[in-house]
Amino acid sequence: MEISFWNKQAETMDRLALEKIQLQRLKETISYALKTHFYKNRLEKIGLKSPEDIKNLSDLKKIPYTTKDDLRENYPKGLLAVAPEEVVRIHTSSGTTGIPTVIYYSREDLNNWTENLARGIVATGAGKKDVFQNMMSYGMFTGGLGLHYGAEKVGMTVIPIGGGNTKRQIQLMKDFRTTVLHITPSYLLHIHSRLEECAARVEDLALKKAFIGAEPHSENTRKKIEGLFNIDAYNSYGLSEMNGPGVAFECVYKNGMHIWEDGYITEIIDPKTGIVLGEGEEGEVVFTNLIRKATPLLRYRTRDLAFIYKDTCPCGRTHRRLSRITGRSDDMLIVNGVNVFPSQIEEVVMRIPQVGTNYQICLEKDGALDRLIVKVEIYSKLFSGDIKELDNLKSRIKEDLRASIIINPHIELHEPGSLPVFEGKAKRVVDNRIKL
Amino acid sequence: MKITQISIFLENRKGRLFDVCSLLGQKKINIRALNIAETEEFGILRIVVDKPADAVKALKENGFVAHLTDIVAVEVADHPGGLAEILKILNENNVNIEYMYGFVERSADKALLVFRFDDPDKAISVLTENKIKIIGSKDIGGL
Repeated sequence: MEISFWNKQAETMDRLALEKIQLQRLKETISYALKTHFYKNRLEKIGLKSPEDIKNLSDLKKIPYTTKDDLRENYPKGLLAVAPEEVVRIHTSSGTTGIPTVIYYSREDLNNWTENLARGIVATGAGKKDVFQNMMSYGMFTGGLGLHYGAEKVGMTVIPIGGGNTKRQIQLMKDFRTTVLHITPSYLLHIHSRLEECAARVEDLALKKAFIGAEPHSENTRKKIEGLFNIDAYNSYGLSEMNGPGVAFECVYKNGMHIWEDGYITEIIDPKTGIVLGEGEEGEVVFTNLIRKATPLLRYRTRDLAFIYKDTCPCGRTHRRLSRITGRSDDMLIVNGVNVFPSQIEEVVMRIPQVGTNYQICLEKDGALDRLIVKVEIYSKLFSGDIKELDNLKSRIKEDLRASIIINPHIELHEPGSLPVFEGKAKRVVDNRIKL
Repeated sequence: MKITQISIFLENRKGRLFDVCSLLGQKKINIRALNIAETEEFGILRIVVDKPADAVKALKENGFVAHLTDIVAVEVADHPGGLAEILKILNENNVNIEYMYGFVERSADKALLVFRFDDPDKAISVLTENKIKIIGSKDIGGL
């Protein structure tokens, strides 16, 4: 197997050297963290007043975990560690209860992020000669821009089309002989189902590889994609709190994703007790970002469940590998690659007076794509007998939800008392998506 | 001269229309006119009954979402062009119809139609001026 490197020295350095870099960067990150309102308070409480208080990597364990709630509570500036003029990019994500979270990037932060993506891209064997069609959304979602910068750095020919518009996607793949895609697995399967009506066959395309990510998927889904398109599909992982995509990427062996450990310290913890688990044990992934000064994050709880492989990879990279994401330790849903919390839906639905007291969130498969159905009971006292009003109500719920969660739900109106009622904690999410 | 229509919200679920009709049957309430407006997954059943107050009470007690709406019931000559004559009058006087439907039964040579107007009072005066017979709620029970 041919193995390529973007930065062979960094990717194959021995563990001791790697840990030395981690320690040095951790100290540097702490020095930036101490410049933020949030960490200054939090670190001083545990007696951490200077980066020099960190003597070795195990000192990290003294620092409390950072959560998404911390990010929300400190929106917008509580975690900004550099002067505002040093910030060159902002990415926000919609919040679970209406309050968003924000990540700031300095020029250097963007360069570091891009470097990691370049490593990931080249690790799959892709390179300068490839034509790269980036089907992830651009904008506030980090998936699109992240890979875009990485692919340009590697020197690929980038087609920045973003998500959706399947006909045009297929046309561009044909016209420009696209060889590499960046796409969610569900959308790639959907594209296959649309080839025929777009008068295209797999043989007409020049595809060789797909970087798939943004939603958890199984090994079977990968195999299915590879078989249908006759390509290699590589899993990738990232989250905006850790810059975005490219935190971990599969190499040509496709057996776990190399975490760029000179950029991130990874811990796996028991989500209930917070106790750090050993290699090979499955738990919640916790990252410390070592390569972002504008928004330092220490021991950030991702809520993603996975494990770290114990064995080394034949590709020669010394950076350990993260398994597929097997689930979540919270109730976050991933719908066509977009993260949605049930609480976001509740927030929108419950502020509309014509909506009654109960609602339900259903997920189904519509072909390869996910379909989000929000069922709401109407409020009987505000029923006027007018069908237009009910149609308007449906449209309003749909519009409000789209504004909040970015995806387009299907709305169903129901009679009061018709949706299932639960004693105690309501189970309002019904996920009928069949695992591929 | 307005009469009361009951609008009932029905989600698209098997047997839901039967539930309404069977409830009204048990309560000895007679349906005089009926119409269903439907969309993909819900509908609105509109009925005119002989005892609207009893009907609404029974419906609400049984968990139905019901609303009372004023409508106008009009006698239409039962021959070709009979409805057109009335629509012509309404049209010339700028009275808008939101929806309309027919009665379940009819009296002799007249057909009975139910209209929902955006301005029922104006509609009633226009129709009366043009000597169109409007049926009152007293007549509904006895039809």
